[in-house]
Amino acid sequence: MATQQSRQLGRLAVAPSVVALFLWMIVPLAMTIWFSLLRYNLLDPNYACSLLTPGQLFDEANRCFAGTSNYYYFLTDPAFFKAMANSLILVGWVLLISVVGGTLLALLLDQAIMGRNIVRLMVIAPFFVMPTVSALVWKNMMMHPVQGFLAWITKSLGLGAIDWFAHYPMTAIVIMVAWQWLPFATLILLTALQSFDEEQKEAAQMDGTPPLSFFWYMIVPHLARPVTVVVLIETIFLLNVFAEIYVSGSGGRAGNLPFLVYQYGLISNDIGGASAGGLIAVVLANIVAFFLMRMIGKNLEG
Amino acid sequence: MGTISLKNVRKSFGDATIIPNANLEIGNGEFIVFVGPSGCGKSTLLRLIAGLEDLTSGVIEIDGRDVTAAAPSERGLAMVFQSYALYPHMSVRNNIAFGLKMAGVPKAEIDEKVAKAAATLNLTEYLDRKPRQLSGGQRQRVAIGRAIVRQPKAFLFDEPLSNLDAALRVNMRVFIMQLHKDLGSTMIYVTHDQVEAMTMADRIVVLNRGNIEQVGSPLELYNNPDSLFVAGFIGSPKMNFVTGAEAGRHKAHTIGIRPEHIEIASGAGAWTGRIALAEHLGADSFLHVDTPAAGRLVVRAPGDFRGKDGDGISLKPDLNRLHRFDEQGKVIR
Repeated sequence: MATQQSRQLGRLAVAPSVVALFLWMIVPLAMTIWFSLLRYNLLDPNYACSLLTPGQLFDEANRCFAGTSNYYYFLTDPAFFKAMANSLILVGWVLLISVVGGTLLALLLDQAIMGRNIVRLMVIAPFFVMPTVSALVWKNMMMHPVQGFLAWITKSLGLGAIDWFAHYPMTAIVIMVAWQWLPFATLILLTALQSFDEEQKEAAQMDGTPPLSFFWYMIVPHLARPVTVVVLIETIFLLNVFAEIYVSGSGGRAGNLPFLVYQYGLISNDIGGASAGGLIAVVLANIVAFFLMRMIGKNLEG
Repeated sequence: MGTISLKNVRKSFGDATIIPNANLEIGNGEFIVFVGPSGCGKSTLLRLIAGLEDLTSGVIEIDGRDVTAAAPSERGLAMVFQSYALYPHMSVRNNIAFGLKMAGVPKAEIDEKVAKAAATLNLTEYLDRKPRQLSGGQRQRVAIGRAIVRQPKAFLFDEPLSNLDAALRVNMRVFIMQLHKDLGSTMIYVTHDQVEAMTMADRIVVLNRGNIEQVGSPLELYNNPDSLFVAGFIGSPKMNFVTGAEAGRHKAHTIGIRPEHIEIASGAGAWTGRIALAEHLGADSFLHVDTPAAGRLVVRAPGDFRGKDGDGISLKPDLNRLHRFDEQGKVIR
């Protein structure tokens, strides 16, 4: 693989995908950066700023070019801090629930129980439900204060019904999203458990390891790497949760950063502000990723 | 103390019976080797003793106490696994100490025992490394260290050398024998390698399809094999077997003669033939000789033997060392 010719051939062979990927990433990013610097509102009667014909732009330069003011307004918007806090709360709780719950479920599913395959399939199922569908089901069938299943349970226990989305919108969103992501964590952790070395298990048995110690000293370190994978992947997706919040109508109090960007762009029609917000969200996500990698990235080595 | 006795031990997995009926008495301080081809049940037998498998029926006693239903950790045994089964995320120190920690031994005592074991095993400078940073031989020693610190009644070894290269295997073999001498504990060692069995064992237990074929000291098995199977399994190169008319002349169904008990006759011998090929090992040469009377025979010749392939040769078996077997493969004495 090291001859001059094979190297050249290799470069040539990967060139199309490299070019496609580059354009795929760079074009939207460049456009977003460009929009974020404009005073670009869809309701602006002067449409010059939304058209990118250079001539008109230069003519209208003083009026269209916003400099950093879009960033300034986004970052000083009280809604921004609220949205950022909501993003972190959502990610944190769902990670906690899916990792802890996923570990326990995986341990359970690793046992030789009756109808294990059916149970496994059912546990995995929520992952295949579309977020919008799951949100509708949770909102109208599970958490509805009048006809919801949870309300029925609390009422039959003599307690009042809870109007989840009115009183605890964040909790409701966390429950919905955790329900969707628990199967993912379970699946990854279950496969990791199944790869646990049988002789190691027997060595621990010979050492007289009680079950709780076995879990703590053997299973937990063994799961460190898959848990890291789960945390990293889920974080990426959880920072982008939108459908559940939008469909359940909880954006006002439980809205996260993507929802705020949506509000800027499609409710206020402020494309410039939305672009700035989107870029800020990207930077924040990278900061989160950086700290995550520093904290748990070492688990992926060796 | 460390006596182990198996009484009518039987093990089946579903319909498949792995061990039909095993009886064995192991004395204190003995080095016992279970040997046999793969699938003969030797590892299963070891795991039954360890308590990693449940018996279908029968009784296992350790020091006279019935441990048939006891958990592995209650039997006072330690096991060294084929894959070493070290805990990958723990340092060598913690690997060795783990069993003691689980047994609730005080910290100071654990440190002392670990230090002592590490010194015995030349592991002192590796104590803070992880298993993946060690070579195969070092990992093997850690696995042994993990067994030693618990001061077990008996050590169980499950093909411990099969993952090492040839040179290291010889070293570790000597090391384990020395360890047995120093500790004086009972050891049960499973291998498929008859050379390991011959060199290490006080007594060898030869297993074939789950049955104990013969139990005895290495030389007993070498000199007086009870069956065709044992005769063929012990000794390298394998014993020559001859059937048919030639065996009939000795009033047996099959006769067996080891390569080292056939002499190259200068004059006329019992068998004549041609050298088909020769393996020269330096000290010895193994000649594969085609004879019309007895078929292909392997003969051990001195290293300086100068015969070429295709040469005619005449052979003289040592009739005192001839083994005779009946139709069932049992020896005729």
